[in-house]
Amino acid sequence: MTGSETAAPLLAVEHLTMRFGGLVAVDDVSFTAYRGEITAIIGPNGAGKTTVFNCLTGFYRPTAGRLAMHQGGEILRLERIEGFRIARRAGVARTFQNIRLFAGMTVLENLIVAQHNRLMKASVFSLAGLLGLPRYRAAERAAVERARYWLDRIGLTDRADWLAAALPYGAQRRLEIARALCTGPALLCLDEPAAGLNPRESAELNELLLGVRAEEGIGILLIEHDMSVVMGISDHVVVLDYGRKIADGTPAEVRADSEVIKAYLGEDDVEELAPLRPLAGGEGGAHATGVGG
Amino acid sequence: MTAASGIASGQAARPPALWAPILKDAVLAALVAVLLALPLVGLQTYDIGGGALGIRTHFDWVALAGATVFAGRLALRVVDRLYRSREQRGSAVLARLAVWGSRQMLPITLVGIGFAVALPFLPFSSRYLIDLGTTVLIYVMLGWGLNVVVGLAGLLDLGYVAFYAVGAYTFGLLAQDLGFTFWEALPFSGLVAASFGVVLGFPVLRLRGDYLAIVTLGFGEIIRIVLLNWAPVTGGPNGIGEIPRPSFFGLPFARSAPEGVTTFHQFFGLEFSPDHRVIFLYFVILAMALVTNLFTLRIRRLPVGRAWEALREDEVACRALGINPTTVKLSAFAIGAMFGGFAGCFFATRQGFISPESFTFIESATILAIVVLGGMGSQMGVVLAAILLVSLPEFGRALAEFRMLIFGAAMVGVMVWRPRGLISHREPTLRLGTVRVR
Repeated sequence: MTGSETAAPLLAVEHLTMRFGGLVAVDDVSFTAYRGEITAIIGPNGAGKTTVFNCLTGFYRPTAGRLAMHQGGEILRLERIEGFRIARRAGVARTFQNIRLFAGMTVLENLIVAQHNRLMKASVFSLAGLLGLPRYRAAERAAVERARYWLDRIGLTDRADWLAAALPYGAQRRLEIARALCTGPALLCLDEPAAGLNPRESAELNELLLGVRAEEGIGILLIEHDMSVVMGISDHVVVLDYGRKIADGTPAEVRADSEVIKAYLGEDDVEELAPLRPLAGGEGGAHATGVGG
Repeated sequence: MTAASGIASGQAARPPALWAPILKDAVLAALVAVLLALPLVGLQTYDIGGGALGIRTHFDWVALAGATVFAGRLALRVVDRLYRSREQRGSAVLARLAVWGSRQMLPITLVGIGFAVALPFLPFSSRYLIDLGTTVLIYVMLGWGLNVVVGLAGLLDLGYVAFYAVGAYTFGLLAQDLGFTFWEALPFSGLVAASFGVVLGFPVLRLRGDYLAIVTLGFGEIIRIVLLNWAPVTGGPNGIGEIPRPSFFGLPFARSAPEGVTTFHQFFGLEFSPDHRVIFLYFVILAMALVTNLFTLRIRRLPVGRAWEALREDEVACRALGINPTTVKLSAFAIGAMFGGFAGCFFATRQGFISPESFTFIESATILAIVVLGGMGSQMGVVLAAILLVSLPEFGRALAEFRMLIFGAAMVGVMVWRPRGLISHREPTLRLGTVRVR
């Protein structure tokens, strides 16, 4: 695993606060994600994890705080970029907790739509595309090649022409990740990618994410309840509870943190359950669901 | 044990009870039909002399309507019950036909175009038939234009006729005030209509579904009412008359031309016939419709077209992928409106006279019905539905007042057997298989 000291910072979240009326969903949260590392954000339901993602990807405008993305030598302030531009300008791609594929389009089309901006540029206001100029055709071929690369990686090449809605659940999850990767991101935000996967699919997902981290050199931000995924692949874990950050460190450090155990299991039970070290198992799916709630 | 036997006895007692809901349903449907028919069919006014009106009752017709609906509904439900799933069994023939059609798309298209081109020269062809063909083609073109907005981008537009009106009035005014000919005005009609599409698009960017439908409905009415009331410019209810007819590369279709102008029949050494212009108009709209189709088929495979469909599927995911929903929606509105404008321009030159009466809500509803009945997003479906919706009432003229009844029955039939439109098959914009070959 790459140490935080050697890796270059990719995203610095500083004092992020998100208020909805009287409700403080995210309260003064700061953390840093590094290039070439997997950063997991965990916490009980309602801790504000998805809200952090929505702030990062422009679906919410944060009430306060600074979201600095280090991209190509310059610092981009995500909270100042209009929502849909974040993906292109800052290179932040995401998946959703409840899968959001283009269900009525084919698997391949889903991956081509993800390359919209690149293709749009090549089609010159659609004129080059309408005329079928070689410049556009080359761009389209390149887009198909890129899509095919990711299809091979997620094992869906032979189902490329299926409707996305016809895929089984696990394949839909993988396709959504591939679609996000097709945008060519610097930071990939995955919202519960292992939710609803069986242990084998979940292990395949780990492999895919580790491969992406190693080969693409991008940063991955991961919200996950499945502890086998979190403990197995993250370099760095941030724990949220009631909108506040309660722990931040390596998986081993976080696992031993008394605040974290308290947040997951409740204060009263800590004395009795702590010796059992419920988080120590790591690989147990049963543990994971129990902890994740 | 007791639970199991309970289920078993329940099953044994079930079959007779199965028919009760079906009967009840049929009776209910018949009741609704009778209630509707009572004032609509049961009471008929007639002239009793001296301009006074008397009322005649026709309760036998009401009973007939009730009985027909009862029998029809019963038959439908019984068939439904016998062949468990209607989707697979009841409409098997139609479904198989649709699948066959989508496989043989190219030959069918070529035969269709060939027939359309040959139509004016076929032995059974008549001026009436060509006129009807022209009307059908106008609706095909409008349907294809609206298909971009509703079928591809998924934006429900109930005011599409506004763009048709804008196109027609653009030509009307350009011809009246600046002496433009059809061919000179055609691009402007499309351009002005497209700008109106953008104007409508901006306020409705955040709306979808029912809300979007209401606003677009209002927009259609606003345009019509402005045309009706802005008399100094649009001529108000009197409309605009004497709109120039199109010429064949500068050759007018007229019996006699002023000094120095050669007419079409003189140039080609033909006997003058008023049919020439009718046939020419038919070919103009055929060409315009085909260009519309070609353009739409092409743009569907471009990033813009795919973004339209992606937007229809999931707007949130589009934003997360860096697609600007604003430009995507506006481009759909603009391009859909542009084709409406072209069609409007043609309508003006064909009629020679336009008034707000031609652009009522019923037109929008017809065009939308063509798109929905044909199958959202399906180009071929639009053609089939336009032929069905426009020519069925025409061929039914012999049946006098019953023709709308036939029309309604046909629509109910389509919705019962093909609830997702005549052709609900969607062809992917690209396949990995074909790319591999290339």
